[in-house]
Amino acid sequence: MTMNQDNKKGIQFCTFYLGDLFLGIDVQCVQEVIRYQEMTPVPLSQDAVRGLINLRGHIVTAIDLREQLDLPPLDAEKLPMNVVIRTSEGAASLLVDEIGDVLEIHEEGFEEPPQTIRGAARRLITGVYKLEGQLLLVLDPVKATQLKAANKVAAQTTS
Amino acid sequence: MKPGTEVLYRTVSPIHPRQVLPSSQCALQGATRMSDLSEAVEEFLIESHENLDRLDNDLLTLEESPDDEETLASIFRTIHTIKGTCGFFGYSSLESVTHVGENLLGKLRDGSLSLSEAITEGMLHMVDAVREMLEQVEKTGSDGGCEYADLIEELASLLTESAPAEKATAKSTSTPSKHATESCAIPEDSPKASTGGSVSDSKIRVDVEQLDKLMTLVGELVLARNQILQFAPDTEEAGFVATSQRLNLITTELQVGVMKTRMQPIGILWSKLPRVVRDLSKQCGKKMHLEMEGKETDLDKTIIEAIKDPLMHIVRNSVDHGIESPKVRTANGKPEEGTLLLRAFHEGGKVIIEVRDDGGGIDAEKMRAKAIESGLLTQEQASTMQDHEAVNLVFAAGFSTAKKVTNVSGRGVGMDVVRTNIEKIGGSVDLQSVLGEGTTLRIKIPLTLAIIPALVVSSSGERFAIPQVSLLELVRLDDEASSNRIEYIHGTPVYRLRGQLLPLVYLDKQLGLSPGSKDEDGETATNIVVLQSEDQQFGLVVGDINDTEEIVVKPLDKQIKGLSVFAGATIMGDGRVALILDVLGLARHGDVISTDSATKAMGRRDGDSSLEVESNSSTLLLFRAGENRRMAIHLSSVARLEEFSRDRVEYASGKTVTQYRGEIMPLVSLSEFFGGTVGTQSEKMEVVVYQHEDCSIGLVVDQILDIVDVRLENIRNSDAIGLQGSAIVDGQVTDMLDAPGVIASVAPEFFNARTSA
Repeated sequence: MTMNQDNKKGIQFCTFYLGDLFLGIDVQCVQEVIRYQEMTPVPLSQDAVRGLINLRGHIVTAIDLREQLDLPPLDAEKLPMNVVIRTSEGAASLLVDEIGDVLEIHEEGFEEPPQTIRGAARRLITGVYKLEGQLLLVLDPVKATQLKAANKVAAQTTS
Repeated sequence: MKPGTEVLYRTVSPIHPRQVLPSSQCALQGATRMSDLSEAVEEFLIESHENLDRLDNDLLTLEESPDDEETLASIFRTIHTIKGTCGFFGYSSLESVTHVGENLLGKLRDGSLSLSEAITEGMLHMVDAVREMLEQVEKTGSDGGCEYADLIEELASLLTESAPAEKATAKSTSTPSKHATESCAIPEDSPKASTGGSVSDSKIRVDVEQLDKLMTLVGELVLARNQILQFAPDTEEAGFVATSQRLNLITTELQVGVMKTRMQPIGILWSKLPRVVRDLSKQCGKKMHLEMEGKETDLDKTIIEAIKDPLMHIVRNSVDHGIESPKVRTANGKPEEGTLLLRAFHEGGKVIIEVRDDGGGIDAEKMRAKAIESGLLTQEQASTMQDHEAVNLVFAAGFSTAKKVTNVSGRGVGMDVVRTNIEKIGGSVDLQSVLGEGTTLRIKIPLTLAIIPALVVSSSGERFAIPQVSLLELVRLDDEASSNRIEYIHGTPVYRLRGQLLPLVYLDKQLGLSPGSKDEDGETATNIVVLQSEDQQFGLVVGDINDTEEIVVKPLDKQIKGLSVFAGATIMGDGRVALILDVLGLARHGDVISTDSATKAMGRRDGDSSLEVESNSSTLLLFRAGENRRMAIHLSSVARLEEFSRDRVEYASGKTVTQYRGEIMPLVSLSEFFGGTVGTQSEKMEVVVYQHEDCSIGLVVDQILDIVDVRLENIRNSDAIGLQGSAIVDGQVTDMLDAPGVIASVAPEFFNARTSA
């Protein structure tokens, strides 16, 4: 088994929570973390697109990470946080429940996700770090901002 | 402005020969990288292209006034610079061509040769060759090694041809004086050259992307400023108030300043035209000169790019078709030389570009005839068309009045492409022509594409921006009116806008928003935004109409790019994001534009969109007259649909008439005509206005049903007066009305009115 690229010595991860899940993204891809911003919903778009936010003059699409991972929606009274990531495909904001610390993690303790992981998580999660007391799931930043399938949009626009 | 004054200004900023090497050696860091060219070569290319454009103009100026020392010196310097630099880079063919050119210019400069048309021609050829080679350099990195032997020979022969006899006698007297002025021209010239150096030193090339970033930041600064200004009145601290005021002023100035950096004078675009006009007019055997006004008018860089080709096409057209040949011109008592005037100026936040020629103008009658011949218009449509409209038919697709296809224009791709391109950037074109006196083409374009005027509307609590380009008008129906005036054709809502059916599209329904919360403020008015998309008009029903605003258009991210109903997004004054509606996409989404024949037909009824006629199929207006009598009339013979209240019916010589547009229009009740019982007399009556020549007659019907596109087959002819026959339309037997027949029997004077008048 070849080791993943993330598996180098001392990678820093920006971590956050999504329900019970403890997730992390390579800090290199994270532009900034900001509190909840008012969003402009985009009608006809996929459910994962929660809206557009104004990030100092740039318009950034906010993606509901719960929807991407097939998790139930967040309680209505709780406001999600924005993890703004910058990938080769442009900037996007991931909506998460809560922000954790930036952790520096060493490669021992990394494992590829078990085969038994199913569904959306299988696509987005590239690996697991076995930390003391909990597991850190590594999220693929590019795939996290990719919407599931384009055909849904097409179906909606023609309906 | 005389061309001469322009040249004077231009010589102020020449590239000094010796200056090129150092400047090309010091690599420009911000320059964009072209494949694998060294930055020095790249810089040389950019510089040379600019110089060549100027050279074209300079040569033409020189042709007009051969004694212009300054221009000659400027040309000499430019060629010398190119020659020197390409020697340095080892482009030998380029060097050999420019070398001969330089020799020729040297002779001209010291007066041992005087300028003839042949020399100008030769020099222009040389400029072309240099341009070709530079393109080679750009593509392949070498000058191609073509020898251009012919050109060199041509130039060399001009060189040895020591002043042709006839020219020599004419110019020989001026030669000594030329020598004199030349010697004193040099000291006069050099200080100018040095100031020119400082001008070019003070300029810097900046990446447009960099400027866009600045624009974004300034936009954000403006929002922050606005928020601070909101706090200012609440505080007691005088210092804060004063500071926020200063911030206000500085921000505004900064915004204007950054906007200006993206602007370029239109003269950049025009500088290519003198050469084009010269070559073309020569080719067509015409004499003309080009005048330009308002070269300094600023336009956004992207707009300049966008109008480049349309403008070129228009100018070519004017030279080829607009200006008459010298013979015709003198016969018509005009000066032999035609004038083409380009004007640019700002007006009402837009830029106007006028291209005016004093040529033959466009014959509206010929346009009509041509339109009928090519099937764009019916006879009736053509005859009711204003001259101005007829002249503007040149913009219709597939319309060319060129009697012969020339090398220059008349090959089918024509003014319709010009119009499409200009409309694409939110501009408009209009043509005015006086037969025998000339034609003026007026292009109206926005200052910039990045900022567009938009109407902000809201629906279900969300704001949306609609680009004003596609906005026609706003209609507001209050409470009771809305329930009466919005009608349904098979469940599809329509509104009668001045007698024409306007399909309605509800924004909240289209976007899947929860229906508007109208009840909250107790307002139940319906707001209709009438939009134009392609050739189709439709009404967009929105919750509220807020205001018009200048918005900065930003593209959508990939996650939502697929949504055709949105054209982009923008940041509103309060810092929140609003989506910009794509009118075309919305029309498609709402099925306003589709293959559905009925909606298509509705579009055709619109005056200038009725240019397309499908063969074999006809568009029929269906209506009811008398009990259960379903009738149809060809839509092309219907001028308008009107609704009159009964009390407007008057009598003239015992016949029913009404006042319509300041004239007396006879009314014919079709129900009575066909012997049906006259139904319950409602307040309103539906009238189909039929037009023949200049006269209108109103056909009163019971109900307008629909407009359909059908292929008429198997018509059973009828002998009954006023009926052409019967056919099956939409699965029902329908009588085809013979309108002239009805009118002839009821109001025979109608058809005679014109002849007796």
